[in-house]
Amino acid sequence: MAIPTSSQTIGPFFRAALERPAWSDLTREGVAGEGVRIEGTVYDGDRTPVPDALLELWQADANGSYTHADGRFRGFGRACTDHDGRFWFRTIVPGPVPGANGAVQAPHANLTIFARGLLKRLVTRIYFGDHAEENVRDPLLASIEDAAVRATLIAPRTEHAGGIPVYTFDVVLQGAGETAFLAI
Amino acid sequence: MTDGTQPPYDFPAYTSTIKRHPKRALIEAPQTLSEVTGPTFASPWYGPNATDLSRVDGREAQGQRIIVAGRVLDEDGRPVRGTLVEVWQANAAGRYHHDGDQHDAPLDPNFIGAGQAVTDDEGRWRFLTIRPGAYPWRNTYNAWRPAHIHFSVFGPSFATRMITQMYFPGDPLLETDPVFHSIPDAAARNRLISAYDPQLSEAEYALGYRWDVILRGRGATPVES
Repeated sequence: MAIPTSSQTIGPFFRAALERPAWSDLTREGVAGEGVRIEGTVYDGDRTPVPDALLELWQADANGSYTHADGRFRGFGRACTDHDGRFWFRTIVPGPVPGANGAVQAPHANLTIFARGLLKRLVTRIYFGDHAEENVRDPLLASIEDAAVRATLIAPRTEHAGGIPVYTFDVVLQGAGETAFLAI
Repeated sequence: MTDGTQPPYDFPAYTSTIKRHPKRALIEAPQTLSEVTGPTFASPWYGPNATDLSRVDGREAQGQRIIVAGRVLDEDGRPVRGTLVEVWQANAAGRYHHDGDQHDAPLDPNFIGAGQAVTDDEGRWRFLTIRPGAYPWRNTYNAWRPAHIHFSVFGPSFATRMITQMYFPGDPLLETDPVFHSIPDAAARNRLISAYDPQLSEAEYALGYRWDVILRGRGATPVES
């Protein structure tokens, strides 16, 4: 077995290669499902916004499938934070996904965070606040005993008259309110 | 992966980690379909390959032309086919094409320093570029980063996604660079250094450097039914 290549930081100067503004909108070619926006801010341990982070989203379709057979919705998005540390994705709420041993996982989007100062990526999940009953039964959420830590993974939903619903998901790299990060 | 072949989050010698590393232990998450699936690059939705960084609109960048080539392989040595590799780097003077790079070195209008390629059936990729310069950074007084090219690689699943840096052999700045030395295991660290490869060089044109990327395996693969 060969040993996997070591990770190194993305550094601060990745935009020329990696910034693809269109990729923030996973629905840009059309998709079945309710259009929603996920938005948030990335903060460091001083609660200072992180303006040089890159986030990637990976999620199932509205049926809970990762096959993305229709070819328009690929389930993948990428966003860079702006000067104020903010990011957004436009997407749909995925369906529930099969888990281990016949369990069902609540709808969630998988999130990767790269940034200057991160020698390797961070991984977390975005769950959807209005899916409370499914969230209670989710194996990963249930494995987190501390309710405050668990709550960092659940994005509250806000309705906007005349606009699409918004789920708010801040990423706190360190300290008070630190996001629950995953080893996968 | 705590065997010393991957860097920690908390590495104070690289000062940017101090306020950006999580303090709570990561939560062990079993691999499910969410982790063993990932975006595919079977159709060119990500844009065309851009493997010649050495010129803009036919005008040649300043610097030493180099060819950098290698493969993306998995832990069992199998080629990782059809995956997206994105690269970026400083110009020959050690300056990035980026608003935030205030290093007082010349920008080169004929060098952007960004490229991408999708691996072929043998997992191969290849870029023609110029050798990046070292550049100063404010990590500590008079600190300089060794010459490097950033690599972003997807692999077959969400779990294999990674970003790293490729270095050049014989660079004296490697001895003190905290980003390089954040990897505890010396052998793993040294695998980030490319090898000069005369077979890859093109006579009277460009020097060749070879470097492979090894991605972690998929692990046990749940089946989507």
